[in-house]
Amino acid sequence: MDFFAHHILSVVLFTPLVGALILLFVPREQDSVPRLVGNVFGVLGFLVSLPLVHWWHSDWGGFTFEENADWIPSIGARYHLGIDGISLLLVMLTTFLGMIAIFSSWSAIKLRQKEYYILLLLLQVGMIGVFVSLDFFLFYVFWEVMLVPMYFLIGVWGSDRRLYAAIKFFLYTLAGSVVMLLAILALYFYAPAAADGSRTFDVPTLLAAVKDFPDSLRVWLFWGFFFAFAIKVPMFPFHTWLPDAHTEAPTAGSVILAGVLLKMGTYGFIRFSLPLLPTDTVLRARIIHIVIVLSLIGIIYGALVCLMQKDMKRLIAYSSVSHLGFCTLGIFALNPNGLSGSVLQQINHGISTGALFLIVGVLYERRHTRLISEFGGLATPMPNFAAIYLIISLSSLGMPLLNGFIGEFTILQGAFQVSKAWAAWGSLGVVLGAAYLLWLYQRVMFGPVTNPINEKLPDLNAREYATLIPLVILAFWIGIYPKPFFAFIEKPLERIVHQVNPGFYGAEHAKLPPLEMQPAVVETK
Amino acid sequence: MTPTGTFLSFLWLIPLFPLATAALMLFVGKRVPKAGVSLLCVGSVGLSFVCAAGAVSELLAADSEHRVFQQVLFEWLTPGPMQMTGGHLVPFVADWGFLLDPLSCVMVLVVTGVGFLIHVYSVGYMAHEGGYYRFFGYMNLFMFAMLTLVLANNMLLMFVGWEGVGLCSYLLIGFYFLKKSASDAGKKAFIVNRIGDAGFILGILLTAVTLGTIRFMSNGLPESESASGIFQVLKAAKDSGTLGVITPTLTVIALLLFIGAMGKSAQIPLYVWLPDAMEGPTPVSALIHAATMVTAGVYMVVRMNAVYQLAPAAMDVVAVVGAVTAIFAASMAVVQNDIKKVLAYSTISQLGYMFLALGVGAFAAGIFHLMTHAFFKALLFLGAGSVIHSMSGEQDIRKMGGLWGKIPRTAVTFLIATLAIAGIFPFAGFFSKDEILGRAFDRFFLLWIVGFFTAGLTAFYMFRLLFLTFFGYSRADEHVEKHIHESPPAMTVPLIILAALSIIGGWIGWPGALGGENRFERFLEPVLAGVISETGAVRIAHHAVGKEIFLMVLSLSMAGAGIWLAYEFYRSKRIAPQLVAEKWPKVYELLVHKYYVDEIYDALIVNRVKDLGVLLGVLDANVIDGLGVNGAGWLARFSSKVSMWWDKWVIDGLLNFGAKLTQLFSYPVRLLQTGLFSSYALLILVGLVVLLGYYGHHMQTLLRAVR
Repeated sequence: MDFFAHHILSVVLFTPLVGALILLFVPREQDSVPRLVGNVFGVLGFLVSLPLVHWWHSDWGGFTFEENADWIPSIGARYHLGIDGISLLLVMLTTFLGMIAIFSSWSAIKLRQKEYYILLLLLQVGMIGVFVSLDFFLFYVFWEVMLVPMYFLIGVWGSDRRLYAAIKFFLYTLAGSVVMLLAILALYFYAPAAADGSRTFDVPTLLAAVKDFPDSLRVWLFWGFFFAFAIKVPMFPFHTWLPDAHTEAPTAGSVILAGVLLKMGTYGFIRFSLPLLPTDTVLRARIIHIVIVLSLIGIIYGALVCLMQKDMKRLIAYSSVSHLGFCTLGIFALNPNGLSGSVLQQINHGISTGALFLIVGVLYERRHTRLISEFGGLATPMPNFAAIYLIISLSSLGMPLLNGFIGEFTILQGAFQVSKAWAAWGSLGVVLGAAYLLWLYQRVMFGPVTNPINEKLPDLNAREYATLIPLVILAFWIGIYPKPFFAFIEKPLERIVHQVNPGFYGAEHAKLPPLEMQPAVVETK
Repeated sequence: MTPTGTFLSFLWLIPLFPLATAALMLFVGKRVPKAGVSLLCVGSVGLSFVCAAGAVSELLAADSEHRVFQQVLFEWLTPGPMQMTGGHLVPFVADWGFLLDPLSCVMVLVVTGVGFLIHVYSVGYMAHEGGYYRFFGYMNLFMFAMLTLVLANNMLLMFVGWEGVGLCSYLLIGFYFLKKSASDAGKKAFIVNRIGDAGFILGILLTAVTLGTIRFMSNGLPESESASGIFQVLKAAKDSGTLGVITPTLTVIALLLFIGAMGKSAQIPLYVWLPDAMEGPTPVSALIHAATMVTAGVYMVVRMNAVYQLAPAAMDVVAVVGAVTAIFAASMAVVQNDIKKVLAYSTISQLGYMFLALGVGAFAAGIFHLMTHAFFKALLFLGAGSVIHSMSGEQDIRKMGGLWGKIPRTAVTFLIATLAIAGIFPFAGFFSKDEILGRAFDRFFLLWIVGFFTAGLTAFYMFRLLFLTFFGYSRADEHVEKHIHESPPAMTVPLIILAALSIIGGWIGWPGALGGENRFERFLEPVLAGVISETGAVRIAHHAVGKEIFLMVLSLSMAGAGIWLAYEFYRSKRIAPQLVAEKWPKVYELLVHKYYVDEIYDALIVNRVKDLGVLLGVLDANVIDGLGVNGAGWLARFSSKVSMWWDKWVIDGLLNFGAKLTQLFSYPVRLLQTGLFSSYALLILVGLVVLLGYYGHHMQTLLRAVR
């Protein structure tokens, strides 16, 4: 137990790997064993991550559950793990969605099951690794490791244009990460060496060292990281890998791609890019403006392109571009509202879009097509499916009392404090979000059944309920009582804002007595 | 004395009852028998009404300045500190909290009361429809959202209800989802409302960063000294003399919120969804698109009256938009032939009246008209539903007529409602409409003129509807004719109750000029006090009794003129409407085509947005992906080809060239390599001779030296 408590992050990180290793020894002829093992380890992976929540204390602002051991001493790379509230939420999202994605493959995958589950589990390792690494070298390893299973998942189990999509995905991401590697090396070499001349890849140390960097260097480092993260998010105009990858990937792959993978980019922005922002206000404002404008373009552009899609998955993929635009908008508002909205919206997007892909998966398994025009009137043969699909659509378009609203409102609130125009443009995305999601819903679900094949489509089965209901419950939970979720990220974000936007709190201290003793004008809890 | 009581402490139960049954219906409704569905769903709304009435009576027990009850259940949205415009940080909190004051009293009673009657009616109306449980599930969900909207103690929770009612409206308009027009109408309603909602959201945000709070007021909260509300902040700003600084911002807030109100309450230019919304079942039109939801915008503006009173420019906008909408919609109602469409345009027009009232500062009159309108318009819609029911689904008034004796209860109640909406003394509409017109007259003559003419139009189109439907010869098809029957008691009893309310409902606002004391306005007074008492929004109008009576006589004669004209056109037929239409064909066409607004919106906005989507999609595939990504791919392949060529011809070429050269030079030498001993021996000999010959004289010197 003690070992478990002290190495909880390693346990969470490597549980899926154990599963993958066990699967290696399962003979190929055993058809049902791989998926059983895969599911057991999917559930196990989620279960072992639960203590993180249980042990968490909302006062914690810094990294906890740290593990720090020598790895490659000659270059100073260490096995350093640790999480704060932000990464905690993302790790939980990963293990949770991972479990659901694995379960959703139960009957969808019939080909090479063993390899499939091995790769899914490896993917989990890579993604969790990205969120828990506190060593740049380790981080980069996980960042790249995660590419390989995804490449194969798309390339082997994808649909018609799978090879094109897989290669595009791989090259796109790789191009970004190469630049990031350079930036990491620059950080490594420009940071002052220790007294004995040794250097380090340690994240907290290097990011602390950035404080003394000249602005010109910080700008270069910022853009270096920016490309890797912007491609991953993906921000306009680096987004074109996404529709292909999302569309071609198998359902579980799309769920993971949209639900977790994209968040590696936003996570990177919060964790690594923000501290690199230059101190010079003009320079800084220019950079922020570029990123914000790209985010706003992404929000509106993604939504508009959704309107013309003929393929359900492609539509949802473009909606991700729009939703992730909100996330980056919130991040670069650089205030607690924007950032907490952004982190929460990342979780929300994982839930809503993950569920939307599951929904398309339900239809795909029945009809083997994703074309909107093939459907219509499905509410008649599949009423329960219609209900769940409606709830998920509403959660995605930001209906209050569901999760999406909390994130979008808080992001807009953060953006509004910086620039009213940003929020106004962002709110246009909310209008369009309703348009494309409801139009899609209408075309698929309403009206008479136009295609006779659809008349006898079976409603959801028990397994599909089991994958969708937890997401629906979470969507309501966050929408109705988001306080516990905000509690996780409040302190870490306060630290980040203190670090990257000291003016936010500084202005306060200069003008007013401390928060507790404000005049009556001010609302207190 | 502050209000207390059991019902007040269980205020949260009022929206909870319908939510519970809605959840039950939507999850397991299919397995509940029809009688159970009716009992649960109607019963829960009835319970809400009882609780609401109890809570209101407990509130009324307190003296008028203390009639505020506020209850915070939990902190809902807590995203951390927010930076106000001046740079101050405040912890932003949106409560899940309920507020009962005279204003929400009126609303909660109207919503639960009229809602209950419409639910009862629906039991009869929907009895033979499929998806019975689904209908009632949505209706109860609507009740929950609407009650959250009116009871919310802050703007964001109000927005929750606001969006919730919008969702239910979407679901219920599209209830017959097999019909494309129905699901189109639902979608249109939702999206048009979303445009308004964007304004609402921005208004909320601007309020938050300007005032630091989105709670309406802090009265009635335990820590009311420290916890502040919008009203208290404005008051503090006034006391400290900083009000002038934020006045422009308040105007912007008021306008943004009004955009939201335009969407929900179907005002120009966002009214286009409401006529289409008539695709929904008729009880839905009565409940959502006449009595309750569409008045949410009016309620919201009144709720925010403290802000509006400080933003006179915004008030003017509200008044003008209201007045223009009133007459514009009334003019379209004149030529409609669908019984429900007439009522829909009439609703838009009446909502315009309400905004006209708010815009001229007559908040109480606006709410008064909201209430009376809820009675008579719900009655009109339910009556129309009863007519449609008896006519086997026919909605075209050209195919009706002569129903007066055949469905007497419906006909009489319909007549009462028509008299009420036409503003005939002493029906409910008379009092509220005259209150509005009187205040508009005081504010600005032109606004009164518009309202005055609208009153005439209203009387005209309503009596046109009445005459065409209930009088004259029956124009119905034969098989329809045979089935005409009065509706069951479940439908007619609510009609009778609403008819009673349409008569007496206005009496609580009996004006001073006619010897009353306008109790309604007194009751609302504390809510509408405003920050600066001089703005006089609540000051009871003190204009001369004579003038007031004169105005009343004027508008009554206007209504009379409208009725007379309708009589001449459609009852006595002394004037043929066709001739009038032929005389001004352009005007007629314009009205029939509803000023082509839908077509213009489609051409200018909807289709352009779709085009933009297509354009961007093409751009995405061909420019970003094509030029950018494939370009990069092409560049990579091209440079790989160049490298290949370089490798093959230059690097490899040089190497091969060297090799060839060596080969060339080695050729003559290779000729020597014969492998024959004799030729080697010969070569050795020849070599020896050459060597000796060449070095001959050296040899000699060498030998000489040795010697």
